[in-house]
Parts: sequence; structure tokens; C-alpha cells
Amino acid sequence: MSSPNQPDLNPGDFASSEINYSVAQGRKVFGNVMTGLVLFCVALALLPLGSILFMLLTNGLSRLFTDFPSVFTELPPPPLVDGGGFRNAIIGTLVTCFIGALISVPFGVLTAIYTVEFGQGNRLSQFVRFCTNVLSGVPSIIAGLFAYGIVVLAMGTFSAIAGGVALSVLMLPIIIRTTEEGLKSIPREVRQGLVGIGATNFQGVFSVILPAALPFVATGVTLALARAAGETAPLLFTALFNQFDARSLREPTATLSVLIYNYAIAPYKNQNELAWAAALIVVLMILSVSILARTLTSRKVY
Amino acid sequence: MTLQTIAPEETLIQSSQKFNLPRLINRLFYWLTVLLAVGVGVILLWITYSLLSIAFPAIAQFNIGFLFTQVWNPVQELYGALPQIYGTIVSSIIALLFAIPLGVGVAIFLSENFLPSKVLTPIAFLVELLAAIPSVVYGMWGIFVFIPFILPLLQLIHQWFGWIPLFSTSPSTRQMFATAMVLAIMILPTIIAISRDALISVPPQLRQGAYGLGATRWEAITQVLVPAALSGIIGSIMLALGRALGETMAAAMLIGNANRVNISLFAPASTISALIANQFGEASGLQRSSLFYLALILMILTLVVNMLAEFIVSRFQQVE
Repeated sequence: MSSPNQPDLNPGDFASSEINYSVAQGRKVFGNVMTGLVLFCVALALLPLGSILFMLLTNGLSRLFTDFPSVFTELPPPPLVDGGGFRNAIIGTLVTCFIGALISVPFGVLTAIYTVEFGQGNRLSQFVRFCTNVLSGVPSIIAGLFAYGIVVLAMGTFSAIAGGVALSVLMLPIIIRTTEEGLKSIPREVRQGLVGIGATNFQGVFSVILPAALPFVATGVTLALARAAGETAPLLFTALFNQFDARSLREPTATLSVLIYNYAIAPYKNQNELAWAAALIVVLMILSVSILARTLTSRKVY
Repeated sequence: MTLQTIAPEETLIQSSQKFNLPRLINRLFYWLTVLLAVGVGVILLWITYSLLSIAFPAIAQFNIGFLFTQVWNPVQELYGALPQIYGTIVSSIIALLFAIPLGVGVAIFLSENFLPSKVLTPIAFLVELLAAIPSVVYGMWGIFVFIPFILPLLQLIHQWFGWIPLFSTSPSTRQMFATAMVLAIMILPTIIAISRDALISVPPQLRQGAYGLGATRWEAITQVLVPAALSGIIGSIMLALGRALGETMAAAMLIGNANRVNISLFAPASTISALIANQFGEASGLQRSSLFYLALILMILTLVVNMLAEFIVSRFQQVE
């Protein structure tokens, strides 16, 4: 019982009475202003994306629909000629990306196997990690100049091979990183089990560990392909461009991204329209491949 | 039966010394992976070497003065790269000025629970989409959509603030300022993704402590969470800077390729990668060599920035 000169407080009072939790007006305003500000930031960041996607759809789709099959089956038009398509550029993009993957996938996967399975944090694998990070920061145009220096000058001609080499430099760090992630996601017990049944590292990696990490490897490959499909700068002086179909890998080859560049800066309306249509195709390719990559990683073996 | 008959006929050591195909394959496989791991480093050196070897004539001819002269004259074979170096650095810095507040703002938004995660996840996905759009598409969007849209606004800025040297020329359709704004959009995803990771990985106890001391949400963010995640945020900014410095296509399509330093941001300018993209096709001899010299400068520039970023981000990961 409370004595008369003490404040009349019961434990229950705290629960029932409202605690005076008022924040000073200024602090409240500050909070609301900041919340408004970040929402504005989000809107501002998404605005360009919305605009780009909208323009791609309106400008690209109209062209794709008006001359539907011919866009995919015809060759790029010369200036002031109507119609035309980008058959050779689609093939060229696929071919250069494929060559890039052919070089970078085995290279990247085996490197990741070293750093995770054999190196396990030693000097060399730290060095490889450092180099991978540096390599992923190399500007794409420098990859192009590198391929120009080692392939184009040696072969004496611009070619799809040179384009593929340039792209492989950009794909390599992506593949190394995602493969490393996949290999690390496999529990230690699996490796102990492999040692227990007397498997060599090679047998263990190829029959158990790599198959288990395959979703990650596939993700890395698709992400790398998505990046490579959109790259223009490394192809400018390696694959160059070709108004016609390339008859071999040792010839200048048209690609979608270089076609977009050439036709976007051209003063001809038909070519500009074709550039929008090509851009829509490239973005759709990249998006579908990236979404594929997402679904792949959601499937884990362990 | 004696023990002798049960015991293996050879010891483990003996059997390991015997020829054994799986073991041989294993050895070869091991050395193959070592070779390729070393190869990653070799590629970096090889890139630098191939740039250096082709750039050598220009380096010998123009030496360090190449960096400080404003001339690009294929007829007289005189080359200097000051406008390009200036343009590369200034456009990247302006891009950062736009991208840092925007990117950190979005990162804070995505790391807090302003909205239920059902709404946040699609927004985060959309932000990632920004990174998936190729730079050449950004360039084309800049030419046909963004610059026509922003030009009237820049015209107003020129009218009101024309007395400031930075805005002293009438906005041109190909110019530094608008290019930098497009670059800012392109580097946003880098800043957002890494800053958000840094903010999310701040230990929840810090937030709880701040709330316990009576901080409002925004006081906790500005005074506790952002300072705690600062190294990650700075790392993301450095990585974004590296990307902006090396960005080629958007710059080549939008910046106007003017071979002189113009203090006004509304005038055409040039960047290292834009000049290479525009001139390499017709270049030969000393001009090509000079372009490789420029590429070498760009390589060193981005290398330093990226290594710094690497250092900062790795420090933040250790704290974590």
C-alpha cells in the first residue's frame, strides 16, 4: 500500500497508462523528410529504367511486327534502303559469345577448382582472387584492344575469333566467382566421404563435387553470356562489322551490339529503327538468360 | 595361419610409389589447375604488356608530355591527351555526384522495412535490371530520349547560372553534363548493390541499441547504421568510379568528341575510351600507338581505383 506522501504508482499503471513517448516535432519532421527523400530517390532511379523499357518496346516492337520474319532473315540494309534485318548479326552475336564461353568456361572452372579444392586460402589462391577482382574491373574496351593486339595483328584480319577472345577476358572473372561460390556451398562432409572411400581429388571433383556445383557453374556461364551479349566496346576492333554473312570464323563478323552502335549514330531513319529493334532483341536475350540464371541457383543439390 | 599371410604384400608407401593411372591423372589434373590459376595473373600481365608494346613508339616520342598537351593532329603526327584525361575524370566525378546520393538513398530504402518485402523484392530486381541493360542501349537512349528531354532544363540552368563558368556555353546536343548523367544511371546498380549489402550486414544489435537510446529510425540510420557501413559504401563508390572511368559506348555516343578542354560542362568534350572507340578504326602507325598509350593510362587509372576499392571492401568484410 502506498503511503500518502509517495506518488501513487502501481505496477499495472505502466501497462495501462500511455507512456509519454512523444518525439520532438523537429525530429519527426526530419524523419518524414528523409523517408520522402529516399522514396524520391527510388522513383528517380527507376524512372530511366521505365523510360528505356518503354522506348524499347514501342520503337522495337513496332519494327518487329511490321516486317516480322524479314527482320530475322534479311541482311542489314545499306543507307537509304528500306526494310532489311539483322540475320547475320544475331548469328554473329551467338558465335562470338560461344567462342568466348569456349575459352572462359574451362579456364574459369578449373581455376575455381584450384582456389577452392586445392589452394584453400593459400598464397596462390589469394593472388588468384585478387587478379580476378582486378580483371573484372578492366574496362571492356581494353579487353578489345588486348584481343586486337594478340589476335587481330597476328591473324592479319578482324574475325569472330578475335571477338570471342575479347569477350572471354570479360567472362572469365564472372565464371570464376560463381563457380567458387558453388564449390564452397558443398559441405565438408562430402569431401571427407570422398577421401574415406579412397577417391583421388580428380575422381572426387569430377564425379561428385562438380556435378553438385553444376547449378552454380551454369549460373556463372549464363551471367557471363548475358554480359558478353551486350558488350560492344570489345567487339569494335576485333569482330568489327560485316554487312553480309561471315563465311568463316576468320572473317569480320557482324554482332547485334555493334549493329546497334553503327545504326544508332547513323542519320538514316530506317537504320535507327533497326537499331531499336536489335536493342529490344538484345535486352530480351539478356533478360531471359538472367532469369534462367536465377532459377538455376534456386535449385541446390545440398 | 600366421599373421604374415594376412598382412598386405606391400606397404602403403610401396603401393603409392607404384605406377597408378588414377593417381597420375590426379597429379596432371592438379598441375593443370595450378597452371590455369597462375594463368589469370598472366592474363593481367599480358594485357598490360600488349598495350605497352604497341604503345611504345608513342611513349618514346611524346613521353610524359603526352598527358599535358591539347593536340590531336594525325596530319602532323602530334598527339596529346589532356582533353581526354580531363574529360574522363571530370565526367566520372559528375556522374558520382549524381549517383552517390541517389544510390545510397535507394540502398537505405532497400535495406530498411519501409515497405513489406513482397514489394521490396521486385524493386530490388528492377534495380538489378538497370545493370543488365547494355551500355550501347544506354547510349542510344541518351541520343533519342534523354538528351532531347533534358536539353530545355539545361537551357534554363544556362540562362540563370550562365555567369558561372561551368554553365557558360549554350547546351549542345552532345555534351559532358548530359553524358555524365547517363553514366550516373549506369553506375547506380553498382553503388546500390554493394551499399545495400553493407547496410544489411551491420549487426542488428547496433540498431537495437540506437532505438533503445531513444533514436528515431532516421537518427539510427544517419548516426549509427550508415557510419557503421561506411567502408562498404565507400568501396561501392570506388567500384562505381572504376566503372565510370572505363565506360566506353555511352560516352562515345553522347559526349561529342571535342579535342580541347572546355571549362563549360555544356560543351562537347571527350573521354579516353570515347576517343579510342571513335578513332581506332582509321588509325595506324603513330596514331594507333598513341591510342594504345591512352588505353594504358586508362588501364592504370582504373587499376588504381579498383585496387583501392578492393582494399576498402575487403577491410569491411573482415570487420563483418
